[in-house]
Amino acid sequence: MSTDVTVSTSAVAINDVSVRFQSKRAEVTAIQQVSLDVAPGEFVSIVGPSGCGKSTLLKLVSGLLAPSSGTVTLLGEQVRGPRHDIGFVFQRAALLEWRSARRNILLQAEMRGMNSAEAGKRADELIEMTGLSGFENALPHELSGGMQQRVALCRALLHQPRVLLMDEPFGALDALTREQMNVELHRVWRETGTTVLLVTHSIAESVYLANRVIVLTRRPAVVNEIIEVDLPADRDYSATMARPEFASATAHIRDLLGAVTGHD
Amino acid sequence: MNTVQADRWRGVVERTWRPAALLAACLAIWHLVTVTGLVEAYLVPSPAKTFGLLVDKWSYLSGHTWVTTYETILGFVIAGILGVLMAVAMVYSRTVESTAYPILLFAQVIPKIAIAPLFVVWLGFGFEPKVIVAVLMAFFPVVISTVTGLKSVDTEMLELAATMGGGPVKTFVKIRFPAALPHLFAGLKVAVTLAVTGAVVGEFVGSNEGLGYVILQANGNMDTPMLFAGLIVISLVGVLLFLLLDLAEKLMLPWHASRRGAAVTTLLAKGGS
Ligand SMILES: Nc1ncnc2c1ncn2[C@@H]1O[C@H](COP(=O)(O)OP(=O)(O)O)[C@@H](O)[C@H]1O
Ligand SMILES: [Mg+2]
Repeated sequence: MSTDVTVSTSAVAINDVSVRFQSKRAEVTAIQQVSLDVAPGEFVSIVGPSGCGKSTLLKLVSGLLAPSSGTVTLLGEQVRGPRHDIGFVFQRAALLEWRSARRNILLQAEMRGMNSAEAGKRADELIEMTGLSGFENALPHELSGGMQQRVALCRALLHQPRVLLMDEPFGALDALTREQMNVELHRVWRETGTTVLLVTHSIAESVYLANRVIVLTRRPAVVNEIIEVDLPADRDYSATMARPEFASATAHIRDLLGAVTGHD
Repeated sequence: MNTVQADRWRGVVERTWRPAALLAACLAIWHLVTVTGLVEAYLVPSPAKTFGLLVDKWSYLSGHTWVTTYETILGFVIAGILGVLMAVAMVYSRTVESTAYPILLFAQVIPKIAIAPLFVVWLGFGFEPKVIVAVLMAFFPVVISTVTGLKSVDTEMLELAATMGGGPVKTFVKIRFPAALPHLFAGLKVAVTLAVTGAVVGEFVGSNEGLGYVILQANGNMDTPMLFAGLIVISLVGVLLFLLLDLAEKLMLPWHASRRGAAVTTLLAKGGS
């Protein structure tokens, strides 16, 4: 088989990408010659110091931002402008406050002009899967932060995207809710088989959920190291936390992040 | 009477008793000032006389009230439609925004009383100049509030919309415009009260009907009771239109009203995650 096949079978292929922002005073290089391949169905976590370019990386993949140089390929097709075959979850749930939880999820279907009966059925499945049952008709301000983020997740999954992008989705939640959300996201990922790129500040979260953890350096971000997570596919939360592989992976990442942020 | 009804009733009383007491106090002072002869009756008529006149001459006043109300509503509706369209154009086009903003501001700072005579010269003594002055008064707050509202949508929501691929029209209809409605309503409420002023100013300048005309006539005849009655009716028209908009807002944006109100408690009682 030729090497072309490996490229086209990646869900996401980031090839020698740099991003420079032009501000009034100076030019800021956010990302410098980053390359990364993500296999279909893979869960990849991205960690790195604040402001190093993690959000920028996800915006590149979704096509919300164009690279200054290099190419991004999503599902075999080069990214040129906003892509519709992804799901996106931000740190803030970004819900429409006049719509109920269910109708917020269905916004995805309305914007895409999906068949409404099918979309409704799919929304109900997702509501069930994420434990939102009983809160379908609640308005966003009546939901807790964790619930709001579940709604955002359902909305991002409604059209069954093959790639899910998450930018610090649990960053605003308390520790306990965050753990619950981790367990749920793990289950959702196992059930849907979606490719996930997760940006996070939590080292534990990055390791628990992922097949691989990408550690970025300070700005301009380059890939510092890629850690293969050597844990079983199906992960019970407490059992995983207790494993020596988990401890060594998190310790290693902490070292790397300490090394890149330490001598500031 | 069950407890919910009792609570609601108590709420109404709680909200209204203070303004009602203040109004009563004002009427009492007005009454005392006139009864004691502190102020001459031809300068300030007593409340009894004023309200008596209001009732006696209602057939005369009601026709003029209707004229002013009609001019106000027409001016308000035109200002509302033009204002929203202008705001949308300004938000979606830098060029329109930079071109229109200075002119808009200029049009706003020109005293309407000073240009009203011009409209009478151009358009005569009919309702048109009054409507135009009302539009000019009401337009600005609608534009400013709608622009603010349309710009208040957070960028992440718009980025999400871009990944959903609905295009600009669906993004506007489903996301941007509804998000702007609370701001728009705030602007409309200011606008409607200004439209009343605009219509009356238009009538002052040249007219043979409307409450502005009534007041001007009463003034000329030193008929202070009629002058006071006219003022009271104008205020009532403004207050009524304002309350109608307030009601429309509550009906159309229950999510916005309840976010500020106490309806949250019902769901919190059910328990969150
Ligand atoms: N639109 C922009 N214009 C200018 N600079 C930007 C822009 N977006 C991001 N940056 C800069 O690029 C760097 C990376 O940003 P970001 O990707 O948001 O970092 P983070 O890793 O915290 O998500 C930051 O220093 C930020 O200030
Ligand atoms: Mg970020």
